[in-house]
Amino acid sequence: SITGAHRAIQKLTRVRVVDNSTVGNTPYHRPPKCIHVYNKTGVGKVGDKILLAIKGEKKKALIVGHKMPGPTMTPRFDSNNVVLIEDNGNPIGTRIKTPIPCTLRRREGEFSKVLAIARNFV
Amino acid sequence: CRVSSDGKPPKFQPPPKPVIIDRKTQKEERRFLSPEFIPPRGRTDPLKYYIERKDMIQRRKVFNIPEFYVGHVLAVTTADPYASDKSNRFVGICIQRGGKGLGATFVLRNVIEDQGVEICYELYSPRIRAIEVLKLEKRLDENLMYLRDALPEYSTFDVNMKRVPRKDDEEIPVNKVQVRMKPKPWSKRWERPKYNIKGIKFELPEHKMKAAQKWSQPWLEFDMLREYDTSKIEEKIRKELSEELEK
Repeated sequence: SITGAHRAIQKLTRVRVVDNSTVGNTPYHRPPKCIHVYNKTGVGKVGDKILLAIKGEKKKALIVGHKMPGPTMTPRFDSNNVVLIEDNGNPIGTRIKTPIPCTLRRREGEFSKVLAIARNFV
Repeated sequence: CRVSSDGKPPKFQPPPKPVIIDRKTQKEERRFLSPEFIPPRGRTDPLKYYIERKDMIQRRKVFNIPEFYVGHVLAVTTADPYASDKSNRFVGICIQRGGKGLGATFVLRNVIEDQGVEICYELYSPRIRAIEVLKLEKRLDENLMYLRDALPEYSTFDVNMKRVPRKDDEEIPVNKVQVRMKPKPWSKRWERPKYNIKGIKFELPEHKMKAAQKWSQPWLEFDMLREYDTSKIEEKIRKELSEELEK
């Protein structure tokens, strides 16, 4: 038996990679897990960067949605979603099908490339 | 018209009975009072709720909040400074309505691109530009949180769906759908009598359903201290509302 999905993202949470990169979508016998959250508190919310362990490699990623209810008027997703990213902020995939919250648009400077490949905004 | 045939007097035909359609009384019975107007039970000064109601009525005069229940499909357009065209439209089924007074909220759920999304909107927030009711439909329960553990087909609604036209302006139809669930574990144990859910088709074995009844509290419905009779309060508030909205 497995524990239920975590609500916000912290160390050792299993996440769902949402873009169409090969690293994120090829099946592996272990699900991608968060190893570190780049935050003062160890809890990651939408727009925070985290370190993932995928297929035996370490990759940085950006949180685009979690199960925890946030402030009113913001969307709450049914799974913890994450987009793979490089150290300089460039996304590894080329398309994001799942909806992304509009609140990420506030930080256009940092996430402009991720927002450019996103299709749906909620 | 009396046409005399053969000079004999025509057969007496009684006049048709008048059909009285009393629309006024029927309409009065079905007046809807939004649940956030009813103040919760407590020891706070009713003046606080009176002032809040005044503010709510002011907002309602400017912006039309339609009558809706849990189970309706709504489309909400909000003003978003960070979205293109400055506005954002979301379509979803109303799962629950909570909060009292100006902080009243409702949660809309939809499944977009295989991802379930829920947004909790505040009814009286100035960021909301329009609320449209697309489909009028009540369900068997007042809280549809179990849709999170149900198969996604029950929560998917087309983003571009058109308004379903209403035939009568009288009754809101009740959808007696029995929803099928994903395999356990669920986020809450919906089979327990505490949630009193009638809209799920439980495919659990008999012994599990019986074991769930162990947590039933049949004395709760007879507990007199829990009773909160809102009929008189509702009448007062309805009078207030009708007076204020006519001004």
